[in-house]
Amino acid sequence: MEKRVTFKGWLLPLLLLLPQVIITAVFFFYPAGQAIYQSLFIPDPFGLSMRFVGLGNFEFLLSDPYYRASFVTTAVFSILVTVVSMGAALYLAVLADRLIKGSGTYRTLLIWPYAVAPAVAGVLWMFMFNTRVGVVSWYLGLLGYDWNHVLNEGEAMGLVVVASAWGRVSYNFLFFLAGLQAIPRSVIEAAAIDGAHFWTRFRTIVFPLLSPTTFFLLVVNIVYAFFETFGVIHTITAGGPQQATTILVYKVYADGFVGQDLGSSAAQSVILLLVVGLLTIIQFKFIERRVHY
Amino acid sequence: MAEQVETFNASQSDYKVVATHKGNYSETLNAGIAAFRAGEQPEILMVFEVGTATMMAAKGAIKPVYEVMADSGADFDSDAYIGAVKGYYTSTDGEMLSLPFNSSTPVLWVNRDALKDAGVDPDSDLSTWQNVGAVLDQLKEAGHECPLTTAWQSWIHLENLSAYHNVPFASQENGFAGVDTELQLNGPVQVKHIDQMGQWAKDGKFVYKGRRNEGGADFRGGTCALFTESSAGYAGIKSEAQFEFDVRPLPYWEGVEGAPQNTIIGGASLWVMEGHTDEEYKAVAAFLNFLSSAEIQAKWHQDTGYLPITSAAGDLTREQGFYDENPGTDIAVKQMTTNEPTANSKGLRLGSFDQIRGIIDEELEAVWAGDKDAQAALDSAKQRGDQLLRRFEAAN
Repeated sequence: MEKRVTFKGWLLPLLLLLPQVIITAVFFFYPAGQAIYQSLFIPDPFGLSMRFVGLGNFEFLLSDPYYRASFVTTAVFSILVTVVSMGAALYLAVLADRLIKGSGTYRTLLIWPYAVAPAVAGVLWMFMFNTRVGVVSWYLGLLGYDWNHVLNEGEAMGLVVVASAWGRVSYNFLFFLAGLQAIPRSVIEAAAIDGAHFWTRFRTIVFPLLSPTTFFLLVVNIVYAFFETFGVIHTITAGGPQQATTILVYKVYADGFVGQDLGSSAAQSVILLLVVGLLTIIQFKFIERRVHY
Repeated sequence: MAEQVETFNASQSDYKVVATHKGNYSETLNAGIAAFRAGEQPEILMVFEVGTATMMAAKGAIKPVYEVMADSGADFDSDAYIGAVKGYYTSTDGEMLSLPFNSSTPVLWVNRDALKDAGVDPDSDLSTWQNVGAVLDQLKEAGHECPLTTAWQSWIHLENLSAYHNVPFASQENGFAGVDTELQLNGPVQVKHIDQMGQWAKDGKFVYKGRRNEGGADFRGGTCALFTESSAGYAGIKSEAQFEFDVRPLPYWEGVEGAPQNTIIGGASLWVMEGHTDEEYKAVAAFLNFLSSAEIQAKWHQDTGYLPITSAAGDLTREQGFYDENPGTDIAVKQMTTNEPTANSKGLRLGSFDQIRGIIDEELEAVWAGDKDAQAALDSAKQRGDQLLRRFEAAN
């Protein structure tokens, strides 16, 4: 039978909830409400006049092939960032978990990049791959490869993905390592005695037991790729070449703060809100079912 | 700028100017707009030329310069300003709306040593694109890895190209006559030029380095032989270049009727914001007059390579012998002033222009990468840009 603990009265629970409710209201509900309201208008930049256009902003956006293409770019970018950062982190965590000597040093080094802000990481990578002074592009040149992410769309995408995933590997590594260490040794040892090799043990025992961590990271990383990679894109490619790295959130910025088209920018925020909401629901509905807690 | 503010504050005791840096041009415009919305706007906001239409449309947020000057009873003669410079910031009735501050125009920078090394006479005539093409061929044959690069591709190779060949960039006198304007940048002159540049890009004769002035480092470092860039690149090139360099007028296509007309400016102007006291506007007027004085302008022009905004400042620079000591520094001034500007060469006044430039950048990148031909790219730029112009029209 389920055991329920109930508290008497409602004042204390309400009081305890209040800080979170206030923060959500001020930093989420109020701006989100504003965005929905503004998305119905075409305002002038200075806020001197507003013209009501109903759903005109949405119509304008959805009929724009470049905006639709931006969805695909965002999907490709987010999936790549998530897969690369989680894959690399899991690999490193498994290796670090097996270390006996010096594991502390490795761990510290691996966690280090997390302390670097996305915009700074972007600048670092930009310099390494700079077509003129970049160290990496210079070595690639020696190998006979002409690196030019300023014009080559694939290279530009690859570069922003790696730069975005890099700092994220540390964060994921931390969680994966903690997850791995929480798996009871006895289970793994028992499997080893039964003759299961490392790969079999990983596939049938470790990975399934790690699934809550993996699921959590999946949600967090997708949200990261959607929103927080702005700094990396802004510093490395500014959405180019052509629109190869213009993800949805970058377009919100570009239209709103470069183009001063606040109506369209607000409409895009609303669409983005819906997309992320939908994604999270899908993740919890369908993927969480396969998670073993 | 900081030096000018200091000189002003030291020169009189009635007023004190405080300069605040808010980032690059786009960021500054944003900060200004945000400040206005919060009711904390500065007296003067520096806005790049691309933001001109946005500022002009913001009646109620700005106070035109001619009005500030008249109200405060300051001496103000708008005829003292160079026509091609002030035209960009003047209403169709001839009233000056903002004070031109830093203005420059594109020129061709030449690495004379690179030309010599490739066996090209460094004094060869580069005034036409036909001649430039021939030199590019020679540089390429000699194995040069970067014969030509550019900064600000839309500004130089479309906006200035159009003005210089006296063809419209947009309808309604490039937007001066109204906001119901449409881009006309896909005409035969522009298509021909972009097509040729695309061909050069394909052959490795034109090397694309980026949307802003990324190519500058390549030129200053000696990697690139020819470089189309603002005349304001002078200070940087002079201090860094370890080779003999030369400045030439922007090339034009021989055979196009009316070319070379005049080039147009880039840079920024100072806008006065609404919502301050009369006393503050007096201070503003005094400061703007100070900035326009011949001594201040001549020094600014000589230090930076930006254009002088008044004829007096240009004359003073000549008298001081600066042009004789630094040959070529007056080319930008001449290029802008030899012909009286036409409706096609007064400047551009388009809403959402920063974003339209972004679109043009994307489409040009498609040409340089060989993904699109010039006609298709420019048609698409027109079509996408027109959509933004319609939205701007709706907002204002």
